[in-house]
Amino acid sequence: MEYISLFVKSIFVDNMIFAYFLGMCSYLAVSKNVKTANGLGIAVIFVLLITLPVNYLLNKFVLQPGALRWLGAGFADVDLSFLSFILFIAVIAAIVQVVEMVVEKFLPTLYASLGIYLPLIAVNCAILGAALFMQQREFANVGEATVYALGSGIGWYLAIVALAAIREKLAYSNVPAGLKGIGITFITVGLMGIAFMAFMGISL
Amino acid sequence: MGKLKETFLNPILKGNPITVLVLGICSALAVTVELKGACVMALSVIVVTGVSSLIASLLRNTIPNRVRIIIQLVIVAMMVILVDQFLKAFAFAIDKQLSVYIGLIITNCIVMGRIEAFALGNKPIPSLVDGLANGLGYGLILIAVAFFRELFGSGTLFGVPVLSALGYTNNGLVILPPMALIILGLIIWAQRSVQKDLQEK
Repeated sequence: MEYISLFVKSIFVDNMIFAYFLGMCSYLAVSKNVKTANGLGIAVIFVLLITLPVNYLLNKFVLQPGALRWLGAGFADVDLSFLSFILFIAVIAAIVQVVEMVVEKFLPTLYASLGIYLPLIAVNCAILGAALFMQQREFANVGEATVYALGSGIGWYLAIVALAAIREKLAYSNVPAGLKGIGITFITVGLMGIAFMAFMGISL
Repeated sequence: MGKLKETFLNPILKGNPITVLVLGICSALAVTVELKGACVMALSVIVVTGVSSLIASLLRNTIPNRVRIIIQLVIVAMMVILVDQFLKAFAFAIDKQLSVYIGLIITNCIVMGRIEAFALGNKPIPSLVDGLANGLGYGLILIAVAFFRELFGSGTLFGVPVLSALGYTNNGLVILPPMALIILGLIIWAQRSVQKDLQEK
């Protein structure tokens, strides 16, 4: 039950885009049509699902204050949390690289549809942001971290596909010259965010 | 000298990283509820972009091309850790308020973008200036958005009552995340109405 609540919450209430603005750069750049948005969205879910549990274990057994206790009593008061940024980003970059190679070798159709988006994801704020939120919220076990990863990934996916669909229609509208392009996109995202706020306060 | 000045001025108006290049929005908007947080964030980004551009430029002839992304990430992550630890030591309350967004400077596209596009091909001093100026261009937008959000959302500026002293009722909507995007959209509209060459077809 807790898992379902966390899942729904991370999709709608704590939506990566509308509540925290994470992964905005690629969100705005790659949302011009639904097809590419779809590819990037799936890639984000995929990478989040793989990196977040790994970063969770890393945080639990290496980085947290006292996390190195399993090495022996002498390590009980070692606090490596200041290293978390660099280790998280290194793990993400490394995993993205490995995933890219594996997908290219064994799932060529998926590779063709994800294309250039896979490597780009290493510097997507949503991935690092999810890792940092995971650290901040102190999830109880790997299961919760994985559910959180899946939920936030799906939330991001929904947001980018929805925006891409709106932008495809927007191309036919008569927008004031100064607002054309990125200006109207910002305002659209803002209005979508207001709509998403209707989910606030939902708890299962 | 004239070139250095242009390197400095260009990112602030004509090539502003946020309103023109649309880079680094991720960490930009969430910290604009209050001017204080926005100023600290702006300063942190200026330091990180400036110094990491300088370091990357100093190392530009020794970095092998194939692994440059990882090396850039390491340089940036190191600078961000320094800034984060500094804030934790001297401004703990603000560090708590900015929460994960200081860490997210690592994946801020402005930093990596400037290293990739400028610092790897230019001498250290122009790279430092370019990094600082891009950080400044980013910071100005951040502070402008925060100015409107704090003024109309809480009726204060830097915590000092301004509008609320005149009997203004706070507009709760402006505090909420979506308004940051809408205000930014309006700022872009204003800028493009003045600088017509930036308008998109």
